[in-house]
Amino acid sequence: MEPFTSHTGIVAALDRANVDTDQIIPKQFLKRIERTGFGQFLFSDWRFLPDGSPDPAFELNRPEAAGATVLLARRNFGCGSSREHAPWALSDYGFRAVIAPTFADIFFNNCFQNGMLPVKLSENEVAELFRRATATGQPYRLTVDLETNTVTDGEGFTASFSVDPFRRRCLLEGLDDIALSLTHADEISAWEAAHGLPAVGG
Amino acid sequence: MPAPRTLLDKIWDQHVVCTPSGELPLLYIDRHLVHEVTSPQAFEGLRLAGRRVRRPEATFATPDHNVPTTDRRLPIADPVSKQQIDTLRANCQEFGVRLFDLGDADQGIVHVIGPELGITQPGMTIVCGDSHTATHGALGALAFGIGTSEVEHVLATQTLRQAKPKSFEIRVTGRLPEGVTAKDLVLHLIGRLSTEGGTGYVLEYTGECIRGLGMAERMTVCNMSIEAGARAGMIAPDATTFDYLRGRDFAPADFDRAVAAWERLPSDPAAVYDRVEIFSAADVVPQVTWGTNPAQVVGVDGGVPDPDVFGDSSEQASAARALEYMGLAAGTRITEIPLDRVFIGSCTNSRIEDLRAAANVIKGHRVAATVRAMVVPGSGRVKRQAEEEGLDRIFTAAGFEWREAGCSMCLGMNPDTLAPGERCASTSNRNFEGRQGKGGRTHLVSPAMAAAAAVRGHFVDIRDWEYR
Repeated sequence: MEPFTSHTGIVAALDRANVDTDQIIPKQFLKRIERTGFGQFLFSDWRFLPDGSPDPAFELNRPEAAGATVLLARRNFGCGSSREHAPWALSDYGFRAVIAPTFADIFFNNCFQNGMLPVKLSENEVAELFRRATATGQPYRLTVDLETNTVTDGEGFTASFSVDPFRRRCLLEGLDDIALSLTHADEISAWEAAHGLPAVGG
Repeated sequence: MPAPRTLLDKIWDQHVVCTPSGELPLLYIDRHLVHEVTSPQAFEGLRLAGRRVRRPEATFATPDHNVPTTDRRLPIADPVSKQQIDTLRANCQEFGVRLFDLGDADQGIVHVIGPELGITQPGMTIVCGDSHTATHGALGALAFGIGTSEVEHVLATQTLRQAKPKSFEIRVTGRLPEGVTAKDLVLHLIGRLSTEGGTGYVLEYTGECIRGLGMAERMTVCNMSIEAGARAGMIAPDATTFDYLRGRDFAPADFDRAVAAWERLPSDPAAVYDRVEIFSAADVVPQVTWGTNPAQVVGVDGGVPDPDVFGDSSEQASAARALEYMGLAAGTRITEIPLDRVFIGSCTNSRIEDLRAAANVIKGHRVAATVRAMVVPGSGRVKRQAEEEGLDRIFTAAGFEWREAGCSMCLGMNPDTLAPGERCASTSNRNFEGRQGKGGRTHLVSPAMAAAAAVRGHFVDIRDWEYR
């Protein structure tokens, strides 16, 4: 997994609450058997007009959001389906971090598995970021730093966030958490034996 | 004396393998359910890393999300769907996983067949790459949805990295009024908890109302826990649970001994939950969603709300956007909303009890000329049982389509979808934009309410229904 230490990038400000994973990646695109190539379908029903051209009114299509790598959203981002295709699509599109006041649990966990950092800030901090991101019509940049657990814009905005220490370490070091768990194979076998399960084969 | 513990505490404590310093606990997973959409990348990951499935006998697979519900003897028309189903078959063969394949008499929606086959049991930890895994909590299991990377982790290690969730008792006092169902109860609860009220918690449903529910009703309630943000919902096992499980294919051989252990699972009387909310069953009326998330719900005797009534500006914006998408004006009576489609099915409401309830409403009636209606049983077993009881003939005589088992129009990955602008009364679990088809408009209701709406062509209060 690609490590995440610090990232600076343009913000796309998606001013909506309860953005569900069906919107992030609609179901008609879940039939692929690969992890890659989902970025082209990100927010497909919102991003494109019926004729397939980009909808200029959609937040990600605005000129100031071109090349955005930090997504800003409102409450309960990523609710609904457990589909990991949602973080795959965001990541494949180019996003490295998502900032919102709250996230749905499964989506939140899925982000960490894909080198993408979900950042919880307070409602007021997120509101301030929306103000700053949309104030000028110009691209707005944020730095999301996992080493210092801060979000800054270099123009006076600073907020700190907390992350589970284990998830943080996995992201900072880009750890393969299956390999790490397999170092505990003896404990897993011991648990199985203690609960009357036959030993796993060879 | 040991400290009093909740049902969640007991299952959790029993399944923690270890908590290595500086790491999240490794939780042992008893049962892993797999379907075609969220597993191919996980199996591919195993292959790339040269890993195997640690405990194939704890893993059960079935294709459900993507499968056609029309004649199963015909080839699958969509080549990409076919590839995903073929890939599941090949992966199960390569890794030694039990597959209930298309054409298998026991194929069905993964959350219907798990309990039905007795794979789901009290006290177990159960995961699946699907957010409605919470369904299995109805049997007193800790069951929750996971992402594909976690699917791979469970396949490889039979464990999951998990922080312990908080516990949330949802106590429902009294009994549901006549005509009000478990679906109405859970929609009512979600409407009050909001779509994120349960985030970070495992919901434990307790109280007289819950104890009085049958297993299918309990599954409907637990199933939709995720729509309130909770990854898991659970109900303590009791005689209803044990009676349901006895004799099922994968039920423990020494059943009485298993029951003796399961009887120790319910929360201790003095156990303390992180949060408690108390609801009265008597307050619940038949529910209909008006918006684009399951918390945007109102009683059938109510109307479409004005977005201004919501206190929070983002809720106001969300409601205004929902009304625009749904093509509804504030103030419209729910019973005046006309429908184009009716869908009875999904892991929420496709069990035999759901089909009986719908058939009971339909009997002697015809589907309105303006409505296309469909019943999709949750499993091959449910379908056969319904046919033995003659329910299929009641549905088809009334003008319903009678289909093969699968997720179908709950999420519309297969050809069963809404056309843009079509309005559907659906017994499924999500009314998100485009959920049942791009531009489609979904109203979530109970099976009886959906059946009545199919007959009248608009919503009606099932409490006033004239049964024939």
